[in-house]
Amino acid sequence: MFKISTTPHINSPVTTQSLMRDVLIALTPAIIVSLLMFGINALRVLLTSVAACVMFEYLITRYLLKAKNTTSDLSAVITGVLLAFNLPSSMPTWMILIGAFVAIGIAKIAFGGLGKNIFNPALVGRVFLFISFPVQMTQWPKPDFLSFMNTDTVTSATTLGILKHIDVSSSATIKASQVSLTELPNYWQMFIGYTGGCIGEVSALALFIGLVYMLLRRVITWHIPFYYVATFFMLTAITWFNTDNIHFEPITNILSGGLLLGAFFMATDYVTSPMTRQGQIIFAVGCGILTYIIRFYSAYPEGVSFAILIMNAFVPLIDKFTPQRVYGTKRK
Amino acid sequence: MKQTSYKNLTRGIISENPTLVMLLGMCPTLGVTTTALNGLGMGLATLFVLILSNTAVSLVKNFIPATIRIPCYITIIASFVTIVELLMTAYFPSIHAALGIYIPLIVVNCIILGRAEAFAAHNNVFQSLLDALGMGIGFTFALVALGLIREILGAGAAFGYQFIGEDGYPILMFIMPPGAFLALAGLIILFNKLRRE
Amino acid sequence: MKTTSLTRLILVMLVVACGSAALLGFVYEITKAPIQKANDEKELAAISGVILEEFNNNPFKERTLIPGKHKGQLTLYPARKDGKIKAVAIKTSSDKAFGGKIELIVGFFLDGTISGYQIISSKETPGLGSKVSDAKFSEQFIGIRPKKKTFKVKQDGGEIDAVTAATISSRAVIDAIQKAYDAYHKFSTRM
Repeated sequence: MFKISTTPHINSPVTTQSLMRDVLIALTPAIIVSLLMFGINALRVLLTSVAACVMFEYLITRYLLKAKNTTSDLSAVITGVLLAFNLPSSMPTWMILIGAFVAIGIAKIAFGGLGKNIFNPALVGRVFLFISFPVQMTQWPKPDFLSFMNTDTVTSATTLGILKHIDVSSSATIKASQVSLTELPNYWQMFIGYTGGCIGEVSALALFIGLVYMLLRRVITWHIPFYYVATFFMLTAITWFNTDNIHFEPITNILSGGLLLGAFFMATDYVTSPMTRQGQIIFAVGCGILTYIIRFYSAYPEGVSFAILIMNAFVPLIDKFTPQRVYGTKRK
Repeated sequence: MKQTSYKNLTRGIISENPTLVMLLGMCPTLGVTTTALNGLGMGLATLFVLILSNTAVSLVKNFIPATIRIPCYITIIASFVTIVELLMTAYFPSIHAALGIYIPLIVVNCIILGRAEAFAAHNNVFQSLLDALGMGIGFTFALVALGLIREILGAGAAFGYQFIGEDGYPILMFIMPPGAFLALAGLIILFNKLRRE
Repeated sequence: MKTTSLTRLILVMLVVACGSAALLGFVYEITKAPIQKANDEKELAAISGVILEEFNNNPFKERTLIPGKHKGQLTLYPARKDGKIKAVAIKTSSDKAFGGKIELIVGFFLDGTISGYQIISSKETPGLGSKVSDAKFSEQFIGIRPKKKTFKVKQDGGEIDAVTAATISSRAVIDAIQKAYDAYHKFSTRM
């Protein structure tokens, strides 16, 4: 099912650990923003998630599989951070533990550990929690800049949630939608992250800084993030121009929800994305189309995690049909 | 002789458990086990059909030419399933409502045709009955266990008795179809680990 | 495998089929009455659950079809006391539920006020959408008239509290009740 690319294999000083360290550095701006916006609760979510992921990886490899301990490659730490990024800051601690167990135990180690998992572990954890605890997963504490002890339970709808409930086709609800519209954050608020949402997805700026760092360090190439966001942008823009429906306003749609987080950090996961450039483009375009379909034509306001997981399942197939050019043969 | 009977009876429960070891009849196993009671209902209905069909097949095995044995078995099994369905609708409407589509599907449950073909067609009536009993109990056991796990985790209840309060949050995933696969995988791991020890 | 003549194959198959058919016919005959009774009881129980007025007829036996507002027909169960109509129950449905179709029986006082509803069949998510049958949600409907403007969930600008995280299921229930009310309204003004 999984193909190993043809020789020559390049021997390089880049190790899994050093790659993962770079990804962690790229995630740091978003971590800082989450702490600034959601205070001590974001710290609790982050620490619980990371500690639980590392602990489950250690316990399972050590005592259940009696195999070599793999926690030092830092991949469990990344999974922990990404899982936390996909949760609201009010998430109860015991639910985070369940999410971490599903991510590491079921999505990663049950498939054979790092490099053999078909689905992105953090996303599997998130989707499991999302389906199991829809109430907690759709309540978002209001961001409150620099009030570190913010343990308020004031909740606000996410931008996507507000958009989803506006039903412009029905005249009776226009009044309601006008009220909701004023709740919509402006572009600047969405760009820096002063908006309700999962702790890691709110700030487009922080995510962009992380992306630039990863590109400069050549951790990832620009193809998947670019084609993912561009496909989504094109589809929403076309629909928006044709229907003039606020639902589809492309800039808001890109800046809100988990699109940028997903496109930069989760769709680009080495293990669960295609190997060749051509394959990566197919993968990213597929993610963009699916996100569009799920966001606008399903019962859920957000579709990034489902879209990436569905495309994850296609990766072996994409790899099969986009073979790597054998070294020494001519380019077509 | 006595030993064979004992073996025929217990085989279906542990060493060749149809659900947890042979992985037969997955459709009803995954589909109906949202609660322990549904699992019990489905298990007993299958047990009943299995006993009747094994006995009947064993009785008529010498009269049926090999070339048309499968259509004959299916006709016999389908009749018994329809009888079970009619009886359930009449006397246990609530269980019937919960099991719905899965009752007619007992006809194509591979456990039943499998036991008719593999066992009842070669053995006498008494041994076939024991085999059906063992297999049916094994199937029922697996379904009740799976239903119980899913009900406890996914609804915070056991056999309909709610033990977490109004504001408790069960892991809803286990009540839904994907949860069935996860719970079944866990149960198979546990059962086979215990069986080998 | 020994070969068998075609006549014998046909004969055996025929005997098996006839035997099965006879058995089935026999069981069908003896279970026919209890099945009918069980079905009637189920609907009658739902009807008595939603009608708050006293009645002494069998609304299920006296059911009639009434036309819906736009299309289709709904079943109306009249509840009478000593021959005088006291209240009605209407079987209605909505296709807009999360799990597809949801079917319910709604009870109305004669002036069109809701006296309650019961879900007959639904495929809503257990523990989430299925909570539309809980008293906490359903009791809000008792005593109100489904007037267009405010008969909506709060998210749509109405005054009904939707079940948490199950707005779609809540909307479907409202949609079904609205259909029943419209049909009843049309029916009662014509009378």
